[in-house]
Amino acid sequence: MTEEPRKVRIATASLAGCFGCHMAILDIDERLIELMKLVEIDRSPLTDIKRFHGRCDIGIIEGGCCNEENVEVLRDFRRHCDVLVAIGQCAIMGGLPAMRNAIMHSDEPLRECLEEAYISGRYIRNTTHDIPNDPALPLLLDKVYPVSEVVEVDYQIPGCAPTGDVIFETLTRLLAGRLPGFEREHIKFD
Amino acid sequence: MPQRPGESVSEENRNPDADADAIRQICDRYANDRHRMMDILRDVQDRFRWISPEAMVEIATRTGLTRIAVEGVASFYAFFTQQPAGRVTIRLCDDIVDRFAGLPEVTAAFEKALGIGIGQTTPDGAFSLEYTPCIGLCDQAPAAMVNDIVVTALTPERVHEIVRQMKDGQRPEDLVSHRFDEIRPYERAARMVQNNVRHAGAVLLGPVPQDAGLAKALGLSPSQIIDAVEASGLRGCGGAGFPTARKWRAAAATGAERRVVIGNADEGEPGTFKDRVLLTERPHLVFEGMTIAARAIGASEGILYLRGEYVYLRDLIEETLAERREKGLLGKRIMGVEGFDFDIRLQMGAGAYICGEEGALISSCEGLPGEPKTRPPYPVNRGYLGFPTVVNNVETFSHVARILDRGAGWFYAMGTEGSHGTKLFSVSGDCINPGIYELPYGATVQELLAMAGGDDAEAVLVGGPSGTMIARDTFDRRLTFDDLATGGAVVIFNGKRNILEIVEYYMSFFVHESCGYCTPCRVGNVFLQKAIAKFRAGLANPGDIDYLKDLSATIIETSRCGLGMTSPHPILTTLENFPLVYSAMVKPTRDRIRDTFDIQSAIDGARKLAKRRSYIFDKDYGQ
Repeated sequence: MTEEPRKVRIATASLAGCFGCHMAILDIDERLIELMKLVEIDRSPLTDIKRFHGRCDIGIIEGGCCNEENVEVLRDFRRHCDVLVAIGQCAIMGGLPAMRNAIMHSDEPLRECLEEAYISGRYIRNTTHDIPNDPALPLLLDKVYPVSEVVEVDYQIPGCAPTGDVIFETLTRLLAGRLPGFEREHIKFD
Repeated sequence: MPQRPGESVSEENRNPDADADAIRQICDRYANDRHRMMDILRDVQDRFRWISPEAMVEIATRTGLTRIAVEGVASFYAFFTQQPAGRVTIRLCDDIVDRFAGLPEVTAAFEKALGIGIGQTTPDGAFSLEYTPCIGLCDQAPAAMVNDIVVTALTPERVHEIVRQMKDGQRPEDLVSHRFDEIRPYERAARMVQNNVRHAGAVLLGPVPQDAGLAKALGLSPSQIIDAVEASGLRGCGGAGFPTARKWRAAAATGAERRVVIGNADEGEPGTFKDRVLLTERPHLVFEGMTIAARAIGASEGILYLRGEYVYLRDLIEETLAERREKGLLGKRIMGVEGFDFDIRLQMGAGAYICGEEGALISSCEGLPGEPKTRPPYPVNRGYLGFPTVVNNVETFSHVARILDRGAGWFYAMGTEGSHGTKLFSVSGDCINPGIYELPYGATVQELLAMAGGDDAEAVLVGGPSGTMIARDTFDRRLTFDDLATGGAVVIFNGKRNILEIVEYYMSFFVHESCGYCTPCRVGNVFLQKAIAKFRAGLANPGDIDYLKDLSATIIETSRCGLGMTSPHPILTTLENFPLVYSAMVKPTRDRIRDTFDIQSAIDGARKLAKRRSYIFDKDYGQ
């Protein structure tokens, strides 16, 4: 009896993103069934596993870093994954959350951002006039960082979100041992 | 035109009708010609200390333009302001040479004495304080402009004296002499600025018989003049080194009813000040050469484009031109030659480095923002107002006059193969004898350093920031077009200077001076500057060196004019010649996690706002 080849271990995480890229992973649809014969999913919101069980072959990161927990998770992924793939604009460039990086002409941009979000914004109804500050809340970073500024990244897959096809192709080509990039029409969004 | 600080009309009791009247008079002075927009705006700026929205409307009406077209010009140039500038506007030269020569102390002294910071105007409108890039006085830094005059070799003590005199109601001109209006323009210039001619060569700064070249040229046919220039091997002295005769021949061969000769005295390349000296010591030679060029290509119009920073030379140049008209060396029937009519007008710039680029310079002469033009057509075919135009550096024209006098062979014999004749080098920075050296092409950097007393030089920037920075091990390289080409700037740095600080300064210079027309230059230089800042802060990754090279290649490949094609040079040449400076600042990654991201500083603001510590990154959390 021949031993079955070891399955490729994949982990995923959503940092400062909207989970849209994870939804896009599900857009692989019925091809997931074939894919799951080749891979197993370790730490991921898809499995609700919160800690790495061991070393992984591929780590997929959605979203950039807006708080200290994002940094911690990202570094943990880098330590545990051979190949790290950043998917979507937030992971690659900071994306929508990085809009707060545009508050530049202020001595305290972070305070200004939080005050507008929770107190002074035009459509805010916040009867306590407090900015949330539970000890369990991770501290925010001074600005939103793309993944590649915090750790080294092996591949960046653009899109908001990348299509299920592109994600599927990324994974199958990585499984085959090479990812030469994509034809322009597959990653063109205008 | 200069006003006493107390004389100007205060904001509250302005009379709008009188203002409009004054603007109309200024426009009339230039025949309401939109192509003279630079002169109109200069006069309005001088008179009112700013270009107000109302002034723009009035100028637009008089010149038949839209207000936005006028604003496009007014907002392009640094010396035109859209806020009232102080009656005395002090522009400190913020070049790296000035910084190393004590600019920070001088700035602090001005700020203290005036009670304002850089970029501010005193509440009473009496003083403005600004920084401006290199004003061509690196050999006597730190220097500054006080309205239309310049002050050099500043010290905090001198600053207090200047401010005291200005506050006493004296004019900036009184800083030069209380008899300013009585003394000759040359005397005024000489009192303001030392010309520091350290070595006079055979061609330009030695004894020069006046207009001997022009007299001989008038005995030749136009094509014989061009042949002589060609045989001399003369190449353009502004930096690019294009063969002068080829340019002239192309302009002469283009059919047109008008042709134009323009002398480029917009030397903005930081560290260059040779044209300043040439225009002070040999102004006739410059105009003699331009007149010969006019004869050679069949031009009747000439323009000398003088950078706004050299406004202190304006009277000297106007006097020289008037003298030449009086002697029949300009105007109708020059030297009695029937049909040879040629005159030169002075066009002042207004603080824009890019206007040294010939297309941008022509745009500026036409009354437009100083943006380069699309090439082709080249200026020799379609230049100023669409007419064939020869633009040469003023040093090039001066050489022409001497070549015609002494003969092409005499000039050709000096220098080296491919680089003939002499060149003016402006030497500044860390040396004992900064100033002007006229040398035949082919001297080594080491030889020039020995003459200038730059024995402890560790780095030499040849050709300004768009040239090449070399290190000690290659000081035997030669100053020729084929080795170290230069428009004349040689800046010396000793071992105490920080190479990356110098590079970062020059990148900020290019960011400031990019005209903004094309994206690779406008945006790319900002990215380069930020990347260098990362190196200086010790936050660069190993991959950032490749990033610098890639981005530089893109900017050079895709920019529209010479500014972007050379602006990455400070980075590329130091990467090549000072590689250890960069590699020493790079932080390698550990476990592929970037050390360059500093979590402690990233969460510090939030820590203070939330008034609590990090449960992840503060080890003592909860204790």
